[in-house]
Amino acid sequence: MGVKMKINASCVIIGAGINGCTLAYELALNGMKDIVVVEKNFIASGATGRCGGGIRQQWSTPMNIKFAVESVHIFEKLDEMLNYKTEYFQGGYLILAYTDEEVNQFEKNVRLQKSLGLEVDIISAEQAKKIVPRLNVDGVKAATYCATDGHANPFYVTQAYAQKAKELGVKFLLDTEVHSIVTEGNNIKSVTTNKGNINTDTVINASGGYAHLIAKMLNIDIPVKPYRHEILVTEPVNRIIDPMIISFYHSIYFRQELNGGILMGQGDPNEPSSFNVEGSFPFVQEVTSKVLKLMPCLKNVAMVRQWAGLYSVTPDAQPILGPVGDFEKFIQVVGFSGHGFMLAPRVAQHLSNYIINGNTSYEMKELSIKRFENAQLNVDVNVV
Amino acid sequence: MGGINIMELDDRDIIICRCEDGTLADVKDAIHRLGLRSVEEIKRVKRFGMGHCQGKTCGKIIAQIISQELGIPYEDIKPATPRQPAKNIRLDKFANYNGGKNED
Repeated sequence: MGVKMKINASCVIIGAGINGCTLAYELALNGMKDIVVVEKNFIASGATGRCGGGIRQQWSTPMNIKFAVESVHIFEKLDEMLNYKTEYFQGGYLILAYTDEEVNQFEKNVRLQKSLGLEVDIISAEQAKKIVPRLNVDGVKAATYCATDGHANPFYVTQAYAQKAKELGVKFLLDTEVHSIVTEGNNIKSVTTNKGNINTDTVINASGGYAHLIAKMLNIDIPVKPYRHEILVTEPVNRIIDPMIISFYHSIYFRQELNGGILMGQGDPNEPSSFNVEGSFPFVQEVTSKVLKLMPCLKNVAMVRQWAGLYSVTPDAQPILGPVGDFEKFIQVVGFSGHGFMLAPRVAQHLSNYIINGNTSYEMKELSIKRFENAQLNVDVNVV
Repeated sequence: MGGINIMELDDRDIIICRCEDGTLADVKDAIHRLGLRSVEEIKRVKRFGMGHCQGKTCGKIIAQIISQELGIPYEDIKPATPRQPAKNIRLDKFANYNGGKNED
């Protein structure tokens, strides 16, 4: 098999999902040369390309809210910035409360979200019905609604960043799997792959559901575990739902894609940690019976496809950003716990500023791995 | 039969994916401009194979085009990952499924 690759890179980004591609773009845009992205399969082949595509700012921790709000500012001008139609659509997010505890939690969330500048409101079941007339609001005690939330096509967004990054000189090595990271003392020397070696002193771990395996190559344990999450999509139908609708009570979410298909997903609290990305029949039964209660008009609509992807989950449902262990240049952008797609554009700017200028932002300090040494974690509870 | 000579058809007039309106020109663009190399990648980026037929019609045609355009033997080109269900099924059939008893 020919001569093995041997190249030099200023940094190696492991993973061409949304976080790897946004970061490659930001680094190149800010003048970094010789950036190499190493990807085991192809662009957005992992969790990014399997995600629901939601872009939500209604979180319950300041960091998740802040990164989401600031990412929305980027999404709003992304098509122009990257010259790509990413199907970004601000149809809002409608989150339904079914219990008094949920109403209390939502009031708390909205206070925090408003304090961080987000326009969001607690609304009544009747008002929710006005936003989605075909929604069955039986049992709904209240809801929160943010009109600037929305969704985009994850393949298109990732392709858009990757294409621009390529134009700026970033090299993408697809079908290339990292085998080991070679070190000397606390310095990185090179990355070994199935296609050969890449000399570099900086490695960025953007490997999604496989993040802990990459960290393990340097004998570092990071508190990130992969969990399967399943989704299905129906045939296209006429426009009936603008916002993403979430019910934490039912542990489901659903939305309508721009082409008309209805996409629905469910979080299963009993799902064990694994790399399993097969679709299951129980999921289809459960999610359809729940969604049909909320949207009975969908009963005659046909399902065309189901699939699954990995959430890479941390103990507080917030990402881990920055260096870990004794290696100053082994940088994590991992553990987004199911909301990496919507936070990535802004997170990449913070990381690029850190990698190029050495500036550790307040947000990066808050999301450093060191936070897990504290007994009191601020856990985001707004997760499906 | 009308007077159309198929050899003279423009790539933009040859439909490859009927469900998502994908033409031969679109598939060639995906291969040559976007650098996509597999049925799976073209499915994800261009949506060809994501419609009603789920690639049952276009999947093999796209594999042939990749084979011709990139000079890869046809038998080496993998199909896209098959996804359930094998045919479109109404949501209420799943929601009301009772293990196969008393099916209508």
